[in-house]
Amino acid sequence: MIEISGVSRTFAGRHGAVEALRAIDLTVAAGEFLAVIGRSGCGKSTLLRLVAGLLPVSAGEVRVAGEPVRRPRRDIAMVFQRPALLPWRTVLDNVMLPVEVFRWRGAEHRERAHQLLDMVGLAGFERRLPHELSGGMQQRVALCRALIQRPKVMLMDEPFSALDALTREELAVQLQRVHMELATTIVFVTHSIQEAVLLGDRVAVLSPRPGRLRQVLRVDIPRPRSFGHNAHLKEVAACSAELHELLLEPAPALPPWPEPEIGMDVPLRRRPEGIPSGRP
Amino acid sequence: MSVATRPAPSGEPLARRGRSGGAARARYSSVGLPALGIVAALVVWWGAVALFQIRPIFLPSPLAVAQVFGEQGDYLAHTAWDTLYRLLIGFAIAAAFGLSVALLLSWSRPLERAVMPLFLALNAVPKVSLAPLLMVWLGFGPRFNIVMVVSISTLPVLVSTMAGLAATPSDLGELARSLTASWWQAYLKVRLPWALPHMFVGLKLAITLAVIGEAVAELQNPNSGLGSVVTLAGASFDTALAFAAIVVLSLLGVLLFYAVTLVERLLLPWARQIAG
Ligand SMILES: Nc1ncnc2c1ncn2[C@@H]1O[C@H](COP(=O)(O)OP(=O)(O)OP(=O)(O)O)[C@@H](O)[C@H]1O
Ligand SMILES: [Mg+2]
Repeated sequence: MIEISGVSRTFAGRHGAVEALRAIDLTVAAGEFLAVIGRSGCGKSTLLRLVAGLLPVSAGEVRVAGEPVRRPRRDIAMVFQRPALLPWRTVLDNVMLPVEVFRWRGAEHRERAHQLLDMVGLAGFERRLPHELSGGMQQRVALCRALIQRPKVMLMDEPFSALDALTREELAVQLQRVHMELATTIVFVTHSIQEAVLLGDRVAVLSPRPGRLRQVLRVDIPRPRSFGHNAHLKEVAACSAELHELLLEPAPALPPWPEPEIGMDVPLRRRPEGIPSGRP
Repeated sequence: MSVATRPAPSGEPLARRGRSGGAARARYSSVGLPALGIVAALVVWWGAVALFQIRPIFLPSPLAVAQVFGEQGDYLAHTAWDTLYRLLIGFAIAAAFGLSVALLLSWSRPLERAVMPLFLALNAVPKVSLAPLLMVWLGFGPRFNIVMVVSISTLPVLVSTMAGLAATPSDLGELARSLTASWWQAYLKVRLPWALPHMFVGLKLAITLAVIGEAVAELQNPNSGLGSVVTLAGASFDTALAFAAIVVLSLLGVLLFYAVTLVERLLLPWARQIAG
């Protein structure tokens, strides 16, 4: 469904160019849930925005459903870290925003908006304004707003990271149910190993500076998964431990530690490229 | 809905008791304390006049001012109506003009670049100093008063609406882009509504300034209105009447400000939430 081939992205910053992503190759199958994990600043958001068509690539190509992505598309939906709801619109009208922008027929989709809100447990809140909802509820409205476009691909950028731990878990479990029900292809960026292991069919680990694909880990735990005691504790522990290692240990292509930190050493950093990366 | 988002049942009555107690205290501090302050000021005023035996020409006692309200209340109300009438016409013109120019400028970047510095420079001109010139240009009719009000209260509406149109949060902008919204769709569905609370900031400032503009016009051109009462009463040493007119003028300002605030609360119930 998503083919990312040889994608790089460099930003022209004030202190010279910042290489946010280098040579990413990644495909996501239809209906797959891909979690993307990596440290802060390793280019996760940039990757999502490239796939969403919000940013142009510096090199390489992104295809979604066979079509190259050059600009935002209706079949790609985005869920941001903050709910980004319009404060003057009711919950229902916020969910209906894409329908209005696409000039779709309102009546048919209103029905679906109610179904979606029902599915995430917001039935009865349709007439509320966003500020009358908790953060978790707001983010669920944002999820419904993304789902109403019937996207082929849904891109989620740390959607639960502003919420408290319990609400996060609750929403993650709910998102898993939504995914199992609708089989939307989802790319889900997170900082949380726990979330990645709960949600991902595969977990892509990015390494920082420049952002590269460190490894893609398959999570072979049957669904529905849960955080509780009946979970497959051993597999979860193994996966989590492996992700932990990958995130903590320095990327093999980086020079060893005591190395000048000033940005003058670009050729030096390029040198050890021949060392095999951990990618399968 | 879930257990996590709902307070425990045993905690609920406690929380409610706390809230109603807080409400009573809030009412006390928002109404009771200011009232106390006003009463105290009146007592000090009265005491000072009595104690130092100040002559009523310089400072009338609060009682003398109250007496004026009793004797000339009708006259003051009538005059206040003249003031209010012109002031509201001026304010309406200023709001409509400021708003439409702001919208127009937000549609064209080059136009905005070209005229915005000019407006900001005009905004810095102390409009009161224009009064004598306007008088030369417009004569002694009500037109002078209205132009004075318009000139003083247009720019706050214009400038704050422009600021609001430029204040769209980046995540909402990105949302519109990711939804493939056209420029117009983004403008009408996101940018313009987001600017409305800012516009009301300008309107509240404008209504306050409109009162000042009208008062200045009437002081200069004492044909009718509360400002002319102040001028004429001052000239004939009827200080108590001048005081009474000033009190009415202030009340007018306060009431108009709260009227605009009330309209905002009714039209944009969500606005206070995003401001806070
Ligand atoms: N618009 C931009 N202009 C310049 N540099 C940018 C821009 N956007 C991102 N970068 C840089 O690209 C790198 C990757 O940023 P990105 O936001 O993708 O990281 P991230 O993995 O999402 O981080 P976080 O986990 O903190 O959200 C960072 O070094 C950042 O400074
Ligand atoms: Mg990010």
